[in-house]
Amino acid sequence: MDTTTFTSKRFLLVAGLLLLILILLATVPLYGLPSYYILLLITIIMFTILAVSWAMFSGPTGYMSLAPAAFFGVGIYTTTILYGILATKTLPLLSADAIQPVVNWFLVGAVAAGALVSFTLALLIGLVTLRLKGIYFAIFTFGLVVFISELILFLEIHITGTRGRILILPGTGDLICSTTTVYYIMLGILVATLLTAYFIRRSRLGLAMQSIGGNEEGAAHMGVNTTRVKVLSFAISAAFMGAAGAIMAPRLIYIDPGIAFNLNYSFMPVLMALFGGMGQLYGPIIGAVIFAYTQRTLMTEFPRYYMLTFGIILILVILYLPGGLVGLLPKLRNRLGGPISKLWKGGKAEQHANT
Amino acid sequence: MTETILRIVIYGLLTGGIYALIAMGLSLQYGVARVLNLAHGEFIMLGALLTYTLYTVFGINPLVSVAISGPLLFIIAFLLHRTLFTSLRTRAPSPAAFEGNSLLVAFGLIFVIQNAATLIWTANTRVYSYLNFGIEFAGTTYTANRIVALAVAIAAALAFYFFVTRSRLGKGIRAAAQDPATAGLMGVNINRVLALCFGLGAFLAGLAGLLLSMYSALNPTIGLNYTIIALIVIVLGGLGSIPGSLIGGFIIGIIGSIVIILGDPSLSVVAYYGIFLVLLLVRPAGIFGKR
Repeated sequence: MDTTTFTSKRFLLVAGLLLLILILLATVPLYGLPSYYILLLITIIMFTILAVSWAMFSGPTGYMSLAPAAFFGVGIYTTTILYGILATKTLPLLSADAIQPVVNWFLVGAVAAGALVSFTLALLIGLVTLRLKGIYFAIFTFGLVVFISELILFLEIHITGTRGRILILPGTGDLICSTTTVYYIMLGILVATLLTAYFIRRSRLGLAMQSIGGNEEGAAHMGVNTTRVKVLSFAISAAFMGAAGAIMAPRLIYIDPGIAFNLNYSFMPVLMALFGGMGQLYGPIIGAVIFAYTQRTLMTEFPRYYMLTFGIILILVILYLPGGLVGLLPKLRNRLGGPISKLWKGGKAEQHANT
Repeated sequence: MTETILRIVIYGLLTGGIYALIAMGLSLQYGVARVLNLAHGEFIMLGALLTYTLYTVFGINPLVSVAISGPLLFIIAFLLHRTLFTSLRTRAPSPAAFEGNSLLVAFGLIFVIQNAATLIWTANTRVYSYLNFGIEFAGTTYTANRIVALAVAIAAALAFYFFVTRSRLGKGIRAAAQDPATAGLMGVNINRVLALCFGLGAFLAGLAGLLLSMYSALNPTIGLNYTIIALIVIVLGGLGSIPGSLIGGFIIGIIGSIVIILGDPSLSVVAYYGIFLVLLLVRPAGIFGKR
């Protein structure tokens, strides 16, 4: 009885806190902050989506996907190609006032399309590689980024005759949408990602994923259809990466395969998720906030050293911080637990004595 | 027609020899040390840029400079294994956990090594000229440096193969590959043998980089493509099989030359990936793999 009221109180507290953060984030564009801060928030939210969706699959199953950049890039290209069609076919027919709302709604559709394309691609890749041993999956996903980017480059040069594309409004040459639009859509994707990650952790699918990570053969013997669970969860995580890429395209403005499929988009989510720790949902979020912010700072101050530093941090985390920051908490609690619980119990005992 | 086929085969052998050498190094690192070294290509890049500097600055003949770059890369990799991978291995709860963690460490190493190389050599693309004269054969001219590269690659691959199969240390290596725990009981110093294999893999990568540097453009980002090629070759040959990597290297080389000569050079990675995909669907254990 005592414990249930405690957990439900704690649940309300956490839910209230999250709601407060969400309201704060949703009202940020209204405070008239310099656009630098909105851009920084967009980057942080984007990396949070990538890190959380990476940890959603690779955390519990233990299958190391090295391809977040591939799905992110596929999302970017989905928007870019669809916008190319929209800009030549539909936009010239519209009156000047009608263009912006149409583009905004188009972007919402493009995010869904980006998610769908990434989902389908991951489904196909998963069907080929995830029925094999994990090492084949790692090898395949590692090269996937280069493969897709070379393929798109080839198709662009030989079929469309371009190396890169530019996302601007036809005629005026302005950005296709405001920073605020990108921000709100990105925030929407974040909420969807977090809700999905939360519910997957508590669902049968989540339990099945954890049992695969623990002992795959054992899971199969217990009646888990391991291939289906792996393929489905891999595809779900890829869908969010694709969605984030789809809405990042208008921010990048100039898009070519080298930009869309930059290997850093694979590296950063892995670093963030491992640093924050994958044992808890908030682990990758903490990691993403820390590293998205430091990357932004280091990129301008020490552009030549920051990837060196991040690479070393990743190695150190794997060696000395296996559970990430989140994994540190129980250890800290154990070490400090004695004195704290003594204090707490002492306080309680005094209360009893007083009453 | 026959001339084209001959050209494809010769060109395929020329690139295939290097691929075989690269893949043997990676195969040794994965087959014995159980580290899927995603940073393998970065050691190739280091070998190539070291050769460049030794030749252009110190005037050391590229083929002789292996006496400097080879041991240097061997020591770097040996120490990396003794520090990073050995402590990962002893602490890992299961072999699978070690494979996953070492994969991620190697992934991090890519960025560390690439960035360090950019700091030393800058991101500029470099070339140097060595043995750059044509030798005509069957109507086509091949540059001498490519032929020398193939000869050295084959010699090194064979020497390495006999080292692993015939020497006493090679026996220890194979024993460690089959069953590290039992090999340890039989008096093989496991940690040293594993680090040795990792170092030897880097040595082979350095040698391959040296040979590549004689005829291709160099910059700190060239490594990634070679890593991917090496990964595909070792899957083709069967993970961990050394003769498999040797033959797989030549197969990929010839397929690459078909695509480059009859199709488009920019499609070669796409073609390798196509083979990889078919292989995973049809015979995931590779041509020489067991099971």
